Amino acid sequence: MSKSTTIQEAVDRIPDGAVLMIGGFMGCGSPNSLIDELVRQDKKDLTVIANDTARPGVGIGKLISAKLVKKVIASHIGTNPETQAQMIAGSLEVDLVPQGTLAERVRAAGFGLGAVVTPTGVGTVVEDGKRTIDIGGRTFLVELPISADFALVNAKRADYRGNLSYAFTARNFNPLIAMAAAVVIAEAEDIVPVGSIEPDSVITPHVVVDYLVAKEKDNG
Amino acid sequence: MDIRNRIAKRAAEYFKAGDVVNLGVGIPGMCSDYAVPGVMFHTENGFIGVGPAATGLQKVESFSNASSTEFVPVSGSCAFDSAESFAIVRSGRLAATVLGGLQVAENGDLANWTRPGGKFGMGGAMDLVNGTRNVIVAMELCAKNGSPKIVKECSYPLTGKHCVNHIVTEQCVIDVTPQGLVLLEVLEGLSPAEIQRQVEPLLIVSNSIKTMER
Repeated sequence: MSKSTTIQEAVDRIPDGAVLMIGGFMGCGSPNSLIDELVRQDKKDLTVIANDTARPGVGIGKLISAKLVKKVIASHIGTNPETQAQMIAGSLEVDLVPQGTLAERVRAAGFGLGAVVTPTGVGTVVEDGKRTIDIGGRTFLVELPISADFALVNAKRADYRGNLSYAFTARNFNPLIAMAAAVVIAEAEDIVPVGSIEPDSVITPHVVVDYLVAKEKDNG
Repeated sequence: MDIRNRIAKRAAEYFKAGDVVNLGVGIPGMCSDYAVPGVMFHTENGFIGVGPAATGLQKVESFSNASSTEFVPVSGSCAFDSAESFAIVRSGRLAATVLGGLQVAENGDLANWTRPGGKFGMGGAMDLVNGTRNVIVAMELCAKNGSPKIVKECSYPLTGKHCVNHIVTEQCVIDVTPQGLVLLEVLEGLSPAEIQRQVEPLLIVSNSIKTMER
């Protein structure tokens, strides 16, 4: 069965209020066609789990500008004044997580782990309200997994079965979120015949990908 | 040499060929201009081998650093995901990280991600100070209003506790040691007393104190 679908049909499946993980780092490696379609379909009250909210008009920043997001879990919002303004106005809840810890919490969910323990954040505000554990004379924070209803993944190449490979720094959180959501929608720049991606070059195995869409090309 | 380049050049003296190093934004990012050949640069978004800023046709979005600047990758570079990127950080594979600073305390505590009440996020800074073998803070000695940034105790929200190894400023180089802050280098034309006047904790003046070039 082909996982290939249209961008519109893929986004039709996402209800208002959904919890979304979205790949990308300051817009690099974000699934921009899926993001544009979320805006076009005016999906509301979204929770977005991502590294950042990029800048106004870029990547996840488009969802913020369209006021479709009620909560963000990210490592920083320092580059998007609209995210900051909505947070200060009280219309957007922001949960800030150190970047490496965010990656590990997503990984923990995707890898079936109950928690991760990390030294990051010990003795800082990140420790507030969390359990600590001493192992080998060092103190660690107990950080809980984060999962989502949908992961919107951006890949460089996909085969029709859903095997994915990525391009350089556009990889970032994409392979992690692909493991951590109930439904995984992958947007690929190129969709190629099965067998065209060498097994050794597959970063995300097809078994985790539910739907596959082709990125809309700027040049048609 | 202007103040910012002077700090970056001195901080880059900690790197040696074969090191993998992460640079923060601002003055730390300028260290790459002064590093010895053979140093490779890591970026949080999943790459070792960040080269010079790309121009014109060299600009490819999928070679972007953590500040969103497109770069030219160097030979021998490698890409990985965000979890692996911070695994490399926490497990001590980075020889050094150079970060900016708002406050550094006598005991090596660092505050660099926000002023009090700031809510815009720490990015990767809290991870970088946990595991990197040398944490180098590159900053001006005093804040713009003249208040000390090297303090007895940080009043700003912490990035990490007991994490700073070296402090490089435009006027001096200071090491954090179990005995306290050791003044190692003083800018040509200044005296240790003039540095002491601008910091809160009592400095231990190294008996092999050197002159820092202007």
